[in-house]
Formats: sequence, structure tokens, C-alpha cells
Amino acid sequence: MKKPSLGLQVGLTVLPIIVSLAITAILIIAAGADPRAVFEKVLEGAFRNSRSFANVLNFLIPLTLVSIGLVVTFTAGLWNIGVEGQMMMGAIFMTWGALNLTLPEPFQLIAQILIGMLGGGLWALLAGILKTRLGVHEIFGGVALNALANVLSIYLISGPWQPPEGGSVRSTVPFRPESLFTVIAPDFSVSLFALLIVLAALVIVWLALRGTRWGLQLKATGKNARSARLLGVPTTRSALSAFVVCGMLAGIAGTHRAITVYESLRPLASGGIGFLGLLVVLLAANRILLVPVITFLFAVIVGGSTRLKIALQLDSSLSGVLQETLVLMMLLFAGVRQRVLTRRDTSSTPEASPSTPAEAAHE
Amino acid sequence: MEIELHHIHKRFGPVHANNDVNLTFHGGRIVGILGENGAGKSTLMKILSGYQPADSGEIHIDGQRVIYHGTQQAIQHGIGMLQQDPLDVAAFTVLENFIYGQPGGQQLPRKAAAEQLSTISRRFGFELDPDTPCYHLSIGQRQQLEIVRLLALGVKTLILDEPTTGISAEQKQILFDALRELATKDGMSVLLVSHKLEDVIALCHEVAVLRAGRVVGAKEMPATTRQLVTLMFGQELAPQTRTRENLQGRPEAVRLDGVTLRGKRLSVENLSLSIRAGEVIGLAGLDGSGQELLLRACAGLVKPASGRLYLGGHDMTGQSYRQFLAQGVAFGAAGRLEEGLVGGLTLTEHIALITETNTVIDWGRARQHTADQIKLYDVRGRPESRIETLSGGNQQRMLMALMPQKPLLLVLEQPTRGLDVDSARWIWEQLFTRQATGAAMVFSTPDLDELVTYSDRILVFYSGQVYEVKDATRTTIDELGRLIGGHFEEQTQ
Repeated sequence: MKKPSLGLQVGLTVLPIIVSLAITAILIIAAGADPRAVFEKVLEGAFRNSRSFANVLNFLIPLTLVSIGLVVTFTAGLWNIGVEGQMMMGAIFMTWGALNLTLPEPFQLIAQILIGMLGGGLWALLAGILKTRLGVHEIFGGVALNALANVLSIYLISGPWQPPEGGSVRSTVPFRPESLFTVIAPDFSVSLFALLIVLAALVIVWLALRGTRWGLQLKATGKNARSARLLGVPTTRSALSAFVVCGMLAGIAGTHRAITVYESLRPLASGGIGFLGLLVVLLAANRILLVPVITFLFAVIVGGSTRLKIALQLDSSLSGVLQETLVLMMLLFAGVRQRVLTRRDTSSTPEASPSTPAEAAHE
Repeated sequence: MEIELHHIHKRFGPVHANNDVNLTFHGGRIVGILGENGAGKSTLMKILSGYQPADSGEIHIDGQRVIYHGTQQAIQHGIGMLQQDPLDVAAFTVLENFIYGQPGGQQLPRKAAAEQLSTISRRFGFELDPDTPCYHLSIGQRQQLEIVRLLALGVKTLILDEPTTGISAEQKQILFDALRELATKDGMSVLLVSHKLEDVIALCHEVAVLRAGRVVGAKEMPATTRQLVTLMFGQELAPQTRTRENLQGRPEAVRLDGVTLRGKRLSVENLSLSIRAGEVIGLAGLDGSGQELLLRACAGLVKPASGRLYLGGHDMTGQSYRQFLAQGVAFGAAGRLEEGLVGGLTLTEHIALITETNTVIDWGRARQHTADQIKLYDVRGRPESRIETLSGGNQQRMLMALMPQKPLLLVLEQPTRGLDVDSARWIWEQLFTRQATGAAMVFSTPDLDELVTYSDRILVFYSGQVYEVKDATRTTIDELGRLIGGHFEEQTQ
């Protein structure tokens, strides 16, 4: 296969961004507003002051964690839709720790994070076992497990963990101060520790994927599970380990979200961040070093658009429109790129069945 | 309608799938297209039905040259193909599938379409309820629907690819009756791709035989199984050149004790076999006669339903493939590029998968290792090339480089499938350097020359039954042909 020219490469990367901005601008005009004002307000909403930038970072932290996890499962050829439920399960397990453990200051939080990782990891392992042992595709298993995690959270909040004043399905009692992250400053409520966890996860997963036997086996499993297996790769174990690693990172993400945003357990605490993570990784084309760039962009759009309502009487869901258009365009152009490349590569190849993640299971 | 194929060529990388094929098909006749797996018959039928273009060559219909792109245009020229897996939409009903398969699709009046569907079905005794969703249909009924659809489209030449796989005896009878009627009453050409010789004998007026991409024979029916097998495999064997070592006293590498293997379509019952170190066992038989079950059982990919399997004296019954690997088994699958190499990985990554056993990979060492292997096996590629950018022959060399140097047992499905003579000889040289270290070998092949040239012993499979050829060095094409056709009883024991 020939390499496309640099101009073409850059064009195919920049064009979707321009096109999606243009489409969103047209939508904004149709809604009767000025697109330039909207984009300015979004940036203002994200960077106006330390408080608004803290919001951006607190969205960035869980989103980046799940996205890193999803890079692992995508590498193994798995569509871990269940990541949302794994976040939720992390939050649920963590809440158990917050409500039942009493440890001195730093250890209480660390224990909660570890328990949260355990929750997310176990929930992911379950999706993996459903796939590898029982042949349930991870997308269907994941959707079911997501629903189950949500139902479980509602049951716990309205049942065993309901606040003493009773009856509310809103949330558990607020966590004690030692259960919370220590923030950098009162008007910049971001945890340095959480940021360091994200950085560590990024570096560790990056190194593990490129430099370890585990990473290479994941890659082989994801690209062609049948061949990988014949070459001696334990494909089932690879797939399961990818699920668990992703689930653990999702567990931390859920933990962070419940603690930082709600200071308690609430239903739907995961807030769709897991699904957004799937889009991030698709956009990054599974290149892990692009992940923080894209999550930052998304966090700015999401964090910044809260200003739209106040400033321009536009609903903040407009940010969702921009995100989804961006994703759609990126995927569209990924398809265009593929076509451009294959048209250049005219050598005939025998029809071979492409490997699918589904094959990773059968051992 | 008369169809002529002139000088059809089709290549897939190193494989010359159709090599100057010239054939003529007349209306009113059922023609069997015979050949072993990989002989090129499916490729040829896909070209004729517009599914893929030929690299060169011409198709003439009633003396006129025709050029078409895609199956739709082929159907417009009157040529339709019934795929092995019927192409219907499972969620739609019979009638909906019928309607959407017509030009104009949804605009067709339902009533007229239903009428047409039932008229054609009734004529051939097909039981197709228009309102049944397709996922309730058996494969046989889905085939019937597809035939009705193609007939309604005005197809004059019907191609069927292995149509009797997975259908009941009763449906087979209905199908055969319908095909006979189409040929004799309607004057259609029916082309039947099959390696089930009993079907061909029951149905066809003539056969055309392909081997290694070429038409090697044609015959008016009736013919016996034996005659057909001879056509498929050739007339005589190449002279024997390999000297065979005396393997008496060598340790036993593999032993099967009363092993029963169950496959999807057939099973191999109660097979006992002992293979010595350095011994080469060739497996013959028409494709899918049970030889692949034995091969995959020897590699640990199929677990015996009963009986025991030993490797080098260790009981390996029910162990995983990875434990077989650890025990020194090397497995080469027939579909080498789908099973064996990982597209998207570089050569170095392939080597590292095999050789790097530490948690952290030493990429420098793996790269050096790869460079050495590239030199040793004369692979045209660089360590950082992705495997799919290599030519087929070089991928093959790379696979050899990935095989262990001193295995206990080599298990090989059609190790030289689709390769030219020189490449095939090179592969066998590589395999015999391993055999010389004491590796036992089990391989299957559709090529009888290859079989007798390299085998110390030959096992012939026929629909799950196994027969060992008395003296592999003195067997004849006649004897092998008879056995492959399933005539074990004629052998004097």
C-alpha cells in the first residue's frame, strides 16, 4: 500500500472538523442565533474563571480514564459498550466503602478508589465471561449489564442505603469529608491526585500496549483472533484481561464522578461519559496519545456550553449536537480516507474473511 | 442458450485460480463441474455469474461476446447463481424476499407477485408459504425460494454451488426433479458445482473437471465413481524418488487409542493410530471426508468425544491447543492467510509473538531475530513491513520461519495449496529439515502425486471412514481412486 501524500493526510484530518463546525453553524443560524457568538460563549464558558475551568477538568478526568480503558478493549477487538455500567458499578462499590469503612484520612479515599476499581473490573469481567464462555456478544451483554447496574443503584439508594430521613430515590447520604478528594483550592475544586491518576494511567497503558508481551498479544487478538490463537496467543485470556483493565479504569472514573459531582451515590451517576468515551476512541482511531487531546476538546465543549442558556437562551444540548456532528464527520472521513487509499492500491487480493472481534471468544 | 468461455484467467496473488479455461455449455443439459477444493471451480462460477470479473478472457452467449459487471447484469443476460448460503433477508417473509429481489422492487403489485411465486412453486412441488418469515425456513426451502426468484427473473442458465449440503434427502429429491425438469422441458443449462460424486452421477448429463485451475477433462455421463475420481486426480503417478528411512525402533510420537471425533456433518469413529518419530502420514480423500477432523485433533483443536490421544507418551486427551503447542506440535492451517498470520502486524511483531517470552519485549532483539529469519528463509520484506504487504509466496516463507525448528509433530492442512511447483518444493524441503530432526508429520493434500511422493503411510478418508493403504510406496492411482470414491470393500484385505 502506498502512503498518501502529506497534504491529503492533513486535509483528511482537518476537513471533518471544518465541515462539522460549518454544519453546526448552519444549525445555530437556523435556530436564530449568531454562530460566532455561540463559539465565543462556549470558550468563555470553559475558560472564564478558575471555577469554570475546574468544571472542564472534572469532566475531563473520568472521560479520559474511560477512554484509556476503551483503547485497551478496542485494541483487543472488543466493543465494550458495558463501560457505562462498569463506571456505575465502580461508583456503587466505592459507595459501599464510603458508607462502611472508617479509615484515617488518605487511606479512606485510596481504599474507596481500589474498591471502585474492583467493582468496575468485576462487572467488566462478567461481560467478558458472558462473551468468551457463553457466546453472548459483548455489545448485548454490555447493554444488559449497564441496565442492571443502573437498577441496582436505584435499589440500593431507595433501599439499604437510603438516608435516615428516608424515602428519597435521589441519593445516598452525602459522603464524609475524608471520603472526598482533596481539592487544589476552594474556587478550583480539582483534585491533583485524580489528575495524577489520569496521567499515570495514560503513561502505563501507553507503555504496556507498545512494550509488553501482554500488549502485543492484545493487538494480535484484536486483529485476527484465529491466527493469533494458532500462533499460541491465549486469546481468551487476552480478551478477559482487556475487559478487566478497562473495567478498573471505568471504576475509577465512576468513583471520581460520584465523589466530585454528587458527593454521594445517585442513579445514572455515570452520566453517559462511558458512551462518550467510545466516541473519543473512535475519533482517536485508537491512538492513545490523541485521547487526551480529544477528551480536552470534548470537555471544553461540554463545560463551556453551560453558558449558552444564560447568555444566548440556547439550550446547552447544542454542545451535544456539535460533538455528535464532529464524530459523524470524522467517521465519514475515515471512510473516505479508506476509499482513497484502496483505490490507489489496485493489486487484487483473494477474498479473505476479515477477522471480527466475535472470533476472539472461541477457544 | 449456449455459453462459451474463452481463455478465462484469474489470479489471486501467487495462485492461478483459473488458468486458460475454455468450456462450452449447451441448453437442455445438466453439467457437473468437478474438482477438488482449490481446483478453481468456484472461482470460475463466480466469474460466470458476474460476482467477480476475470483477469482476461471472454464470455460468449449464443455466439455474441458479452461483458457484464455484477450479478444483476449477469442475470439480465440470463445467468443466475444459487449461492451455497442463499442470499435472503431473514426477517422478511418469503413473498417480501421474492418481491425485493425483482427489479422495481417494492413498487411491484403484491398480488401479481404472489401469483407468480405460487405458480412457479407449485410447478416444482416447492412448499413455500408466502407469509412465512425466512428465518423459519430450512436451507432447502431457502434454496427453493432462491430458485423461484431466479426463474422469475428469466434466468436461462442456473448455477448451483454445492446445493445438497445441509438439506434433507426429501428436499434433495425435489431439487433434483426440479433441475431435471428445467433442463429437459425448459431447455435450460444447469451447472452443478459439487464434489459429491453420487449427486453428480445421479443428476448430470456431462461433467467438466478442473484441476489446479485448468480444465483437465470432460466426460459424457454415465460414468462410475472410479472414472470420475481418475479424472479429478489424474492418470498416473510421478515416479518415486524419495528414499525412505527405516523407522523401526524409532520412538512413538503420536498414538490414538479408539478415538472418536465428531464434526458438524460427519464423525470419525474409533480410530487407532500410531505414528513414529520421523514418520510422514499422508491423508487423502475428497474434501470434508473427515481428514480435517483427524488433523485438528492431532493439533488439539478438536477434542476427542471418546478414546485417548498421546503425544510423546503423554496423555493429551482433552488438553488445550496451547498445551499441544507446548508439547511440540506445530499446526499449519489450509487457509494460511486467515489462519496463521495476523494482518496489521509487522514481521517483527510476528516473530516477537513466538520468541519473546518475557513480560517486557526487547524490540531490538526481536528485530535482530526477525532480520536473521528473513535472511535464512529468503523473505522479500523488511522487519517493519506489515505482513499483508508481502506477496503470497513471501507470506508463506514467513510462516515457515515462524514454525518451531524441532517440533515433535507437524500437522499440516494442504501445505502447498495453490502454490507453483518451485514454491511447493521449497516448502517440502523446509518440512523435511524438521522431519530430519525427528519430527513426525501428518498432512492432507488433494494432490495424489504429492501424497505418494512424501508419505510413508497413507490413510484414505471417505465420509468419516478410514482405510490405510497397504503399501504407500507401491500404490497406484487406480487403488487410490477406488478408495477415495469409497470402495473400501473391493480391497483384498
